[in-house]
Amino acid sequence: MTYEELLTETALNDEQVIVMTAENRALVRNLPAVLGKRFIDTGITEQTMIGASAGLALRGRKPVVHALAAFLTMRAFEFVRTDLGIANLPAKLSGFIPGFLSDANGPTHQAIEDISIMRGIPNVTVFAPADEDDLVKMLPEIWKSPNPAYTRINTRKTSHVHEPFELGKAEVISTGSDVTILTYGLMFEQALIAVEVLQNEGLSVGLVNMRSLKPVDEAIILQVAASSNLIVTLEDHFLTGGLYTIVAEVLLQYQTTAKVMPIALKERWFKPALLPDVLQNEGFSGKQIAERILGYQTGYSQPSILTPEFSE
Amino acid sequence: MENTKHSEQELQAIALKVREHIVRMSTAGGCFTGASLSAVDMIVYLYGEFLNLTPSNLKDVNRDYLFLSKGHDVPALYGTLVELGFLEKERLENHLSLNDHIYWHPNTHIPGVEFHSGSLGHLPSVAIGVALDLKISGSDNKAICIMGDGELNEGTCWEAVLVANAYNLDNLIFVIDRNHFQANMRTEDLIPLEPLAQKFEAFGAAVKRINGHSYTELHDAFSAYPFQQGKLNVVIADTVRGKGLPSIQERADRWFCNFSADEVEQLLLELHGEHTTSLTSETLIVR
Repeated sequence: MTYEELLTETALNDEQVIVMTAENRALVRNLPAVLGKRFIDTGITEQTMIGASAGLALRGRKPVVHALAAFLTMRAFEFVRTDLGIANLPAKLSGFIPGFLSDANGPTHQAIEDISIMRGIPNVTVFAPADEDDLVKMLPEIWKSPNPAYTRINTRKTSHVHEPFELGKAEVISTGSDVTILTYGLMFEQALIAVEVLQNEGLSVGLVNMRSLKPVDEAIILQVAASSNLIVTLEDHFLTGGLYTIVAEVLLQYQTTAKVMPIALKERWFKPALLPDVLQNEGFSGKQIAERILGYQTGYSQPSILTPEFSE
Repeated sequence: MENTKHSEQELQAIALKVREHIVRMSTAGGCFTGASLSAVDMIVYLYGEFLNLTPSNLKDVNRDYLFLSKGHDVPALYGTLVELGFLEKERLENHLSLNDHIYWHPNTHIPGVEFHSGSLGHLPSVAIGVALDLKISGSDNKAICIMGDGELNEGTCWEAVLVANAYNLDNLIFVIDRNHFQANMRTEDLIPLEPLAQKFEAFGAAVKRINGHSYTELHDAFSAYPFQQGKLNVVIADTVRGKGLPSIQERADRWFCNFSADEVEQLLLELHGEHTTSLTSETLIVR
């Protein structure tokens, strides 16, 4: 099932669902014909769209709101905070091409602080599916929840079949005593490769899909801190405010220590190019991640990385 | 004025009481005195006459919606809600107190307030969301959004007009409290707005420009709703900052006032035309 199929099915089953977009139609192309007046395109007006979604939610509607992640979370930030956050209205934000998925667009389109700023708003929940399978398993629960929600939309296909989703719960893919990688979103795909390389090098490796970033699964973080010699936080996000910070907050809150290695973007935007080149150039391919953890080169060859299906 | 619930004299009497409430709130921390006095008559008219909104239908889906985007007009709103029976009068004694929610900007703990405001340029879009749903739901109700003229500096006000026009929201009324001042100075000396009616018209709205202190003109304008099928309604209400108090009227430095208790007593006399005074109180500018 695709994102658009899921949204269509959800909207057809629930008259209260309104699909909105700030003229970003990549994933909702067929919805105007299906939904008629329940499809609202406000044009290139992210702020007005968010304000209007608050008005629709006040009337009992369930708006699912679309724009590029960078503009949805940053251009419209104060509208999300003030109109949705303060009022705790259940508008559901779908951010396209977050993180490295903006590939060749350039720094204007790089949403790599979105997790940080969205989770900073009281009442707003934050999610980052690992791939399309994870996305369609997560969204029904996210859309049913009573809070405003921001989701990093990720429609890439991987070979992994995910567990059912529960708000506030991570998905444990594997456990290991030497190193455990905590990751979310696009980087999950590379983490699977990294785990394979690390295992080939003889390590006991764990992997956790941190799909629900707010509320976050504190128990899993504490469990991994206790059972694994090294935690690696892996994310296509600034070092500040994302998963590394979340893990640090949880460890501090529970007065626990752990050895944590962050793999994130430190105080810089990434060099724009097509996705495979971006990952390679930034050192975020599965092989490179494994080698950063190991501290030495391996003879492993990185599988090819397919380019995303759309970019805008 | 025909077919009204109140006579013009009754509305004026309510407005006088609302202005008294504003003056009484202009001490012990103060409030947006000058700013809110300009909006008293339109707010009294809208709640008293035009809106399908009463203390008993506040949660009814078939009600009209008023959004006060110019949030610092809230003293005028508090006073109006008290005089029309939405809000207990005693609660105004809790102005700025931790024990209540009667503070410098509107919030939904006040019966009759649909949405919080304070950050300018937000509620035009929230009102659009409501107006869109009223259309989708086939409702005859309407949404009204009061904006300040200074607020029109915010780009999102104009985004909202573009979108309202695109969706033919003739069930939406934008009311501009055109008191010719923004926080610290005259609008035309900082960010000129005129010709304002033509700006809205060029964006596709149907516009009426009236004297915002005349109940006859308010009634004539709003009785003509919807102004034109398929068009956003805009009422530009020319008003006077500080209306009702000659000693602070049309003064840039009387946007926000924090008077002494003595000065409040003098101003109440002035409101009733009994006395004039020249006030020297410390004036606090808050933004």
